[in-house]
Amino acid sequence: MSTIAMPEPDAGVLARAPQIIAALEAALPAGTVISSPEETRAYECDALTAYRCPPLAVVLPRTTEEVATAMRVCHELRVPVVPRGAGTSLAGGALPTADSVVIGTMRLREILEVDTANRFIRVQTGVTNLAVSAELEVEGFFYAPDPSSQLACTIAGNIAMNSGGAHCLKYGVTTNNLMGVRIVMATGDIVELGGPLLGVSGLDLVGLICGSEGQLAIVTEATLRIVPKPEGARPVLIGFDSAETAGECVGRIIRSGLLPVAIEYMDDVCLRAVEAFVKAGYPNCAAVLIVEVEGSEAEIDHQIERIRLIAEELNPVEFRASRTAEESLAIWKGRKSAFGAMGRLGDYLCLDGTVPVSKLPHTLKRIGELSKAYGLEVANVFHAGDGNMHPLILFNANAPGELERAEEFGADILRLCVDAGGCLTGEHGVGIEKRDLMTKQYTADDLAIQMEIKSVFDPAWLLNPAKVFPLEVSQPHRDAAARCP
Amino acid sequence: MIAESYARAAPLRVVGGSTRIRSEAIAAAQTLTSRRLSGIVTYEPGALTLIARAGTPIEEIEATLAAEGQAFAFEPMDHRAVLGTKGAPTVGGMVSANISGPRRIHAGACRDHLLGVRFVDGRGRIIRNGGRVMKNVTGLDLGKLLCGSHGTLGVLTEVALKTLPAAESQQTLAFHGTSVKEATEIFAAALATPFEVSGAAFRSGTVWLRVEGLSPQVDYRRERLSALFRDREIDILGEPASRALWRGLRDLHHFAGSSVPLWRILVKPSEAPAVVARLHALGGDVSLDWGGGLIWFESNANGSAVRHAAGVGQAALLRRGTLPNSEGFPAEGASVARLSAALRRTFDPAGILNPGLMGK
Repeated sequence: MSTIAMPEPDAGVLARAPQIIAALEAALPAGTVISSPEETRAYECDALTAYRCPPLAVVLPRTTEEVATAMRVCHELRVPVVPRGAGTSLAGGALPTADSVVIGTMRLREILEVDTANRFIRVQTGVTNLAVSAELEVEGFFYAPDPSSQLACTIAGNIAMNSGGAHCLKYGVTTNNLMGVRIVMATGDIVELGGPLLGVSGLDLVGLICGSEGQLAIVTEATLRIVPKPEGARPVLIGFDSAETAGECVGRIIRSGLLPVAIEYMDDVCLRAVEAFVKAGYPNCAAVLIVEVEGSEAEIDHQIERIRLIAEELNPVEFRASRTAEESLAIWKGRKSAFGAMGRLGDYLCLDGTVPVSKLPHTLKRIGELSKAYGLEVANVFHAGDGNMHPLILFNANAPGELERAEEFGADILRLCVDAGGCLTGEHGVGIEKRDLMTKQYTADDLAIQMEIKSVFDPAWLLNPAKVFPLEVSQPHRDAAARCP
Repeated sequence: MIAESYARAAPLRVVGGSTRIRSEAIAAAQTLTSRRLSGIVTYEPGALTLIARAGTPIEEIEATLAAEGQAFAFEPMDHRAVLGTKGAPTVGGMVSANISGPRRIHAGACRDHLLGVRFVDGRGRIIRNGGRVMKNVTGLDLGKLLCGSHGTLGVLTEVALKTLPAAESQQTLAFHGTSVKEATEIFAAALATPFEVSGAAFRSGTVWLRVEGLSPQVDYRRERLSALFRDREIDILGEPASRALWRGLRDLHHFAGSSVPLWRILVKPSEAPAVVARLHALGGDVSLDWGGGLIWFESNANGSAVRHAAGVGQAALLRRGTLPNSEGFPAEGASVARLSAALRRTFDPAGILNPGLMGK
């Protein structure tokens, strides 16, 4: 049923499975290695559930040193390693192969250091995103990136995919909030990069590791920048009778000199689903924007008034400013339940392309045309301030050929994003899902240097080897690695 | 030209406007400057995006942004006064050296605002990475590597940067008669507030805190900070005086017109008092920026003494004076140095791009 190919598992590795498991078990504390088929099945997929394959074994270490031991054993025995955080990847970033060992970070759960005087927190990377901010709550600080899976997703996964969230218009994404990492190389060597200082004099290796999708190393500890919590925040809801006008409003708000913390967009398909699901009381119109601003009560009022003046020039169907915490919750209620509401309509593929903000109206129009051509409905709900679109393609997984058609439609949308001057993925990562589209965005030389860099960190190509780079493009590198002694 | 130099393994001196790199220290027969690759390619204020050729003067870009009420939030420093150089600083040079000013503490560094790059590597391959959008995790992030690589990995030809609304208004709180220890305490307290302090510097017994934003916001933030430090005497600098002050602090006017070696030392802010005490013992003058996380140190002391005083901090030499060129960058740990050297060989196998500038 799947259209994305994975390489044939290495028969040599499969034949040596008992020895590999024995070697891992001998080197690691009891309970660290999982190898029974009933248990490894729990790791057969991530949130891209259309693709599944149980790994040869799963290792769940509690320390950096145990990660290093597992990596060293896998390196010596030439076993591919698939790093895994919480397994919430929507791109198949943590999808195993039958000949791979999954090394998970979920037991690396310690908060190592909270230093508000120097404004950083150091954690093991199996800590969840939300737990980091929870740890800082009493200090009046928070960790800014807030992907919507923040209750479950780990810092390790956030670093691998350079996660964003709703508030990155003001606070940036993971790479802007990551100061240092402790990594385990494919060979099992442990290396410290960056730290609590505001920069490095040498090459920015922390910046290279962030967003590298487990291709270069496993990150076991992270030093994260923390920021003071704002005094308050309140949203406004603005409804428009056309997608273009809503897009225009986004551009005008940004040009006006305001810097909202979030500008979220929902289209009519999404609005109808949300209304049926949670009765959020949203207007019945073509597009809704939710714009959130921060500060003191007076600062918020001032910013909302300026947004009102901008919006009213564009004749909105509705302009609703929150005055209280309850009204804020009501405005956010529909947006926060959008994905759940869409799930009720059937199966969906969630895309992640980014386009320049100025190209939003054009891109939305083209997606509508493609939707008609493919005969598949699509809902748009996304972070408009930064152009990161999340079109949801609705399909029926039980209808023969519909998944394939939805995937083709998705690929067309991502090509459209690249043609508009954007990119294939804003925050979910390439994984396997967008792997074969990389040649659309990058030339052979662009990809060659990226693969050469992977070879610097992972000469044997054992780390997440069938991801990110199209298989035929990475074939020479993987073959050369296989011939290495 | 690079492909040809690669074939001959002939070193190249890679520079932008020649206002920062001590290019005479690079052993190369030929100089490659991006100065003529000039001009803004695209500027979309509504998308907060600017794309420019690498040789575009920063002054030209800043004027274009200012006309739309926008700016580079990381406030790039102009090195001409302190280094006694002429010429026009370019956007490519700014990215190559990851140049950021006082607002780095609030808004991030140049590397945080870099969206995409186009460059020529040491083999002459033309490579594009990243793009023009704020959220992008499509492949490895080479922009981060290029930013701060001082021309050793490739020659930038085009850069895409995020722009932000320029602050409508600003004011500065000045605290006089403070010690370095008191200064770091004031910084830590101020930077833990939600009032978005966008400058936190110290020199000669005075602490400055800058607040910026929409006009009513600035008044509010100034009042709240004044209340927080109500037991101290505070002078308020209004609009023009505040702007001039931070321009001078950004460009180190207080260390201009001298050839005494000038060090840039990154420390944990809480360690600044101890490091400054050790530096003072060597003889010389200091100023602090980034809430104490950045110490500028002007001194004739030798490099090993300065690095010893810096402790776990990182000391890099900005103005060399009479010190040898090898003092420029601090040594890296063995594993990091090995990785960096291997990456340099990947980008520049023949070792022709600013050889020896950053390390092997």
